[in-house]
Amino acid sequence: MSILIDASTRVIVQGFTGDKATFHAKEMIEYGTAVVGGVTPGKGGQTHLNRPVFNTVKDAVKLTGAEASLVFVPPPYAADALMEAADAGLKLVCIITDGIPSQDMMRVKRYLRRYPKERRTTIVGPNCAGIISPGKAMLGIMPSNIYLPGNVGIVSRSGTLGYEAGAQMKALNIGVTTSVGIGGDPINGSSFLDHLMLFEQDPDTKVVIMIGEIGGPQEADAAKWVQQNMTKPVVGYVAGLTAPKGRRMGHAGAIISAEGDTAAEKAEIMKSYGLFVAPSAAELGSTVALALAKVS
Amino acid sequence: MLGATLVTAQTGPSGKIVHRIYVEKAEPFVRQLYLGFVLDRKVERIRVIASAEGGVEIEDIALNRPESILQEQVDPAVGLQAFQARELAFGLGLNIKQVSQAVTVIMGCYRAFRDLDATMVEINPLVVTKDDRVLALDAKMSFDDNAMFRRPKVTEMRDSAEEDPREAQAAQFGLNYVGLSGEIGCIINGAGLAMATMDMIKHAGGEPANFLDVGGGASPERVAAAFNLVLSDKNVKAILVNIFAGINRCDWVAQGVVQAAKGLRVPLVVRLAGTNVEEGRRIVSECGLPIITADTLAEAAHKVVAVSRAGERT
Repeated sequence: MSILIDASTRVIVQGFTGDKATFHAKEMIEYGTAVVGGVTPGKGGQTHLNRPVFNTVKDAVKLTGAEASLVFVPPPYAADALMEAADAGLKLVCIITDGIPSQDMMRVKRYLRRYPKERRTTIVGPNCAGIISPGKAMLGIMPSNIYLPGNVGIVSRSGTLGYEAGAQMKALNIGVTTSVGIGGDPINGSSFLDHLMLFEQDPDTKVVIMIGEIGGPQEADAAKWVQQNMTKPVVGYVAGLTAPKGRRMGHAGAIISAEGDTAAEKAEIMKSYGLFVAPSAAELGSTVALALAKVS
Repeated sequence: MLGATLVTAQTGPSGKIVHRIYVEKAEPFVRQLYLGFVLDRKVERIRVIASAEGGVEIEDIALNRPESILQEQVDPAVGLQAFQARELAFGLGLNIKQVSQAVTVIMGCYRAFRDLDATMVEINPLVVTKDDRVLALDAKMSFDDNAMFRRPKVTEMRDSAEEDPREAQAAQFGLNYVGLSGEIGCIINGAGLAMATMDMIKHAGGEPANFLDVGGGASPERVAAAFNLVLSDKNVKAILVNIFAGINRCDWVAQGVVQAAKGLRVPLVVRLAGTNVEEGRRIVSECGLPIITADTLAEAAHKVVAVSRAGERT
């Protein structure tokens, strides 16, 4: 098993005919992902990568049975694309786009609540590397060969640190059920907590690693939930010990502006809630190995 | 005052040089209030904060008089409502004449926050005069960088003289650079990996000189610009390049690095991983330049700290 996506998940790409989307859609298809088509308004009826292009997400869903999408739409139109996907009834939308205004994401999150929980869309991202269930499917832009299939879940704000974790684990012959990038923005479609809940329910996931960074209350909320509800060991890491206060470190959301925002505070909170905290980014894999030894 | 260094709670201990002064008519007042708007990441909404204890930092109010803090959350579907502004105004103990003026101020600030894509608006103090007028004696705003494509008027107000010239230069090349005080220059792809690598350098006993994310498309031009930026910091004694290529291919990044590394004045450590890593490593090892290579993050951090120290002794 895996979370969010597997080999049977029918995927469309929004912004399908753009250069980046084309490149990554090809990689996803090569990896075995069931890419069934795409959406570019105005290009409906054409064929791209041997798959149909639609004008609207609704058309794509009706004719292909798509359940998930990957969004490459540029920032000014991204919120609109997300709401269109939600209204068309997609279960999962993963958005790679970096640079979406916070107030747009705030409105998107509010908009999702129009729909009853059973049919509400899960958004992963924005400003993320996407999702991969190794050996099954990829909905993102990561280098797929750095992950082995296995039984550890990865959830990370940073794309490249998620890669680092996957590669360190592979070097130790440890594989992954699913790796999810929740993105580096202040307002994420879904949180650490949302994905920890899914990993807790997934029978194949034995251990989860969550990779956080400075800024925002997400890591602390998730760590608290882990202590109260999670039966599986969780490894934690927080980047940004050397980050100065009040400076934005690349990611829109990576800024120390409130109490509890620093890496040291977050790591301390994780420890206090019983997580295995990796002492440095070079020890992500070895700390996972330690946690795995506890469950086997 | 013009040209002098001003030190306040906001400038930090080293202060800031005063380039411009805004002169306003003095207004005697009878009360000082606090009014603030923030983008609250926890509830994912705009939060309005008011207090009858204005004139001091909000952190101090929260610490010393937390019961004086009033709050409202804004539903993004409908925006701030007048009743919410009234509740705040009455909560501040204002009389009816003052309330109607305070509501105008609160609603106006909210519109400014929403329509200019702010992340923070703070009026401190908001004062009440003897004749029942409600006036903003100060105003601070922060803006969402991601929204500046649709706020040209805000962008126009940007004063580059107040910014670190290196950071302004970085922005021109689409690089994210933050200057720090250490001796090891960092060129890394991805904000998370960049922070983690800086932490790793510290862990290995060194101090990072900067944060620098070269981003997704690390073209040779961008890599060259990154080297120039890092080298413009005279404290830099060694450089660490750490690239985990996803969209970037290592071979492409390696070509840029080799190009930029010719005639370098400090030692260079390069760690490549991810897409096309073998080809990338081959380009670096066969270029004939004294580039030190590393396979892992830990190895890279230890090597760069070691060579930065070796440089100190000679």
